[in-house]
Amino acid sequence: MTTHRVHVYGDHVNTDVIFPGKYTYTLKTPEDIAAHALEDLDPTFVSRVQPGDVIVAGSNWGMGSSREQAVTCLKYAGINILIAASFSGLYFRNCINQGILPIVCPGLNTLLQTGDTLEIDVTNNRIIAAGQTFNFTPLSPSVQAIIDAGGLVPMLQMRFLGYVDGYVPAGGKE
Amino acid sequence: MNTGYTFVEKALARAAGVESARAGAILDMRPDLIFSHDNTAAIRRIFEAIGATRMSRPERVAITLDHAVPAPTTQHAQNHAEIREWVRLQGIAHFFEVGRGICHQVISEEALILPGETIFGSDSHTPHFGWLGAFGMGVGRTEMAALWATGALWIRVPESMQIELNGHLRPGVTAKDIALKIIGDRTVGGGQYRSIEFSGNTLPTLSLDERAVLPNMMAEFGAMNAYLPPDQAVFDYLEAKRTRDYTPIYPDADAVYADRYELDVASLEAQIALPHQPDHVVNLSEAVGQPVQQAFIGTCTNGRLEDIEAAAQVLRGQRVRCRLIVIPASSQVLLAATQSGAIATLIEAGASISTPGCGPCMGNHMGIPAPNEATISSANRNFKGRMGTADAPIYLASPYVVAASAIKGAITDPAEFL
Repeated sequence: MTTHRVHVYGDHVNTDVIFPGKYTYTLKTPEDIAAHALEDLDPTFVSRVQPGDVIVAGSNWGMGSSREQAVTCLKYAGINILIAASFSGLYFRNCINQGILPIVCPGLNTLLQTGDTLEIDVTNNRIIAAGQTFNFTPLSPSVQAIIDAGGLVPMLQMRFLGYVDGYVPAGGKE
Repeated sequence: MNTGYTFVEKALARAAGVESARAGAILDMRPDLIFSHDNTAAIRRIFEAIGATRMSRPERVAITLDHAVPAPTTQHAQNHAEIREWVRLQGIAHFFEVGRGICHQVISEEALILPGETIFGSDSHTPHFGWLGAFGMGVGRTEMAALWATGALWIRVPESMQIELNGHLRPGVTAKDIALKIIGDRTVGGGQYRSIEFSGNTLPTLSLDERAVLPNMMAEFGAMNAYLPPDQAVFDYLEAKRTRDYTPIYPDADAVYADRYELDVASLEAQIALPHQPDHVVNLSEAVGQPVQQAFIGTCTNGRLEDIEAAAQVLRGQRVRCRLIVIPASSQVLLAATQSGAIATLIEAGASISTPGCGPCMGNHMGIPAPNEATISSANRNFKGRMGTADAPIYLASPYVVAASAIKGAITDPAEFL
């Protein structure tokens, strides 16, 4: 069981407000990418976020672009778990490939406020928040294996190199 | 005999090399074509980091420079230079330079993907290829690096939603209005993680240019892919350029759909999406009179010949009152619209014509609005900040509506100019 501070958002949050498209071909370092996280949704997020915090959102989090920086900007800002009522399909896959755990759990974003805390028990697939227990469905074993490897890059490094070299994906393009 | 399969169940079973598959199955798929665009240099860095050296099938890889072309800054130019070097190093078969056009349009024109086939692109509008009866899905750049290296990717076969369209559209009402109506009625999450499979007697009445609008815009519906049943018009379009045989795929008559939506398009009015979300859709009449400072016609959604000609039809003999930017989706479109006289008509009306590509759609360049300036656009997304400026509202509509609004500098019903 781990305890996390939460940042709470609503439904249908899109990738343009998570990481503006105008930066996608120019910003490359993790620090620069993290500095623009949620810039057009919550301009105070970057100054408040602490390592280990989690995002708690409504339905369809991350709709829109395929740009991976919409995941990595949060990862580089210290977020390792995202909880939403549902995720856009592309965003969900991008989370897994970056080693970020996407938890599908409806109902939390209307119960919690930014600054509250919750507890996550990843072994037993449950969340304790506001005195209530929420169960979530675990990922399939083959998909969980990508998260456990730290993401798709380290998983493929094991296949092609035989070891993980600690590579931090350079920022990029989508 | 097995029956009851949707298009996507059949197409993904084919791409995975298995006899059959149902929604929920997780398959390893080998696509017929994979593509990327200006994001190729970043994908290259991931590919090199994972220790891969040669692409598994460079003959089935396409790369198009389209998102920021011609390069607006030194950084963008450097990005393009790295991509050109990569194309040479890997012997990538299909490379399209600055000015050739937008990935989805160019790959369609070149017949690089065919009915029944499977295509992955590192671009969220890849469902576009449903216009010709292919499975198209967007992926992230790490997945594209994995595809380059291994040629395969896991997919969970999605549930399907059937959208049945019946009736003839009225003049001046287009496939864009159908797409906006669907998204407005069922919200931006209405097709989340689904295969959107179109049917109904409207489809054969739509030109190929219009058909492409429907699966393209289903990206804004949350769809994984979208599909229109291909007919002879599609086969004829592909015939001149195709380099391999193909077998079209159709859903079974008793296919099982998780959801259904039906629309009689005969009574449909022109639609418009208000800021800042593509499902903030109303009848155009409810938005008429709102001032706009910029109008934009182009993108993978509505930058084809018919779109440019629709604008020319509205603008013939008129003069724009706000700036109008027209960016054809490809060099072929630009050439055809030049030969037809549409480009001359637009220039005479005061339009500005730019290099084929994505233009200002995602705020890189070529038409970024000033704060508090409103844009009416034929594109697909109007999220806050989408065109590069957070406090600049964006309206989405058909090229007819965009052109008419440019004449008045305010949102306008095109009927009076048709």
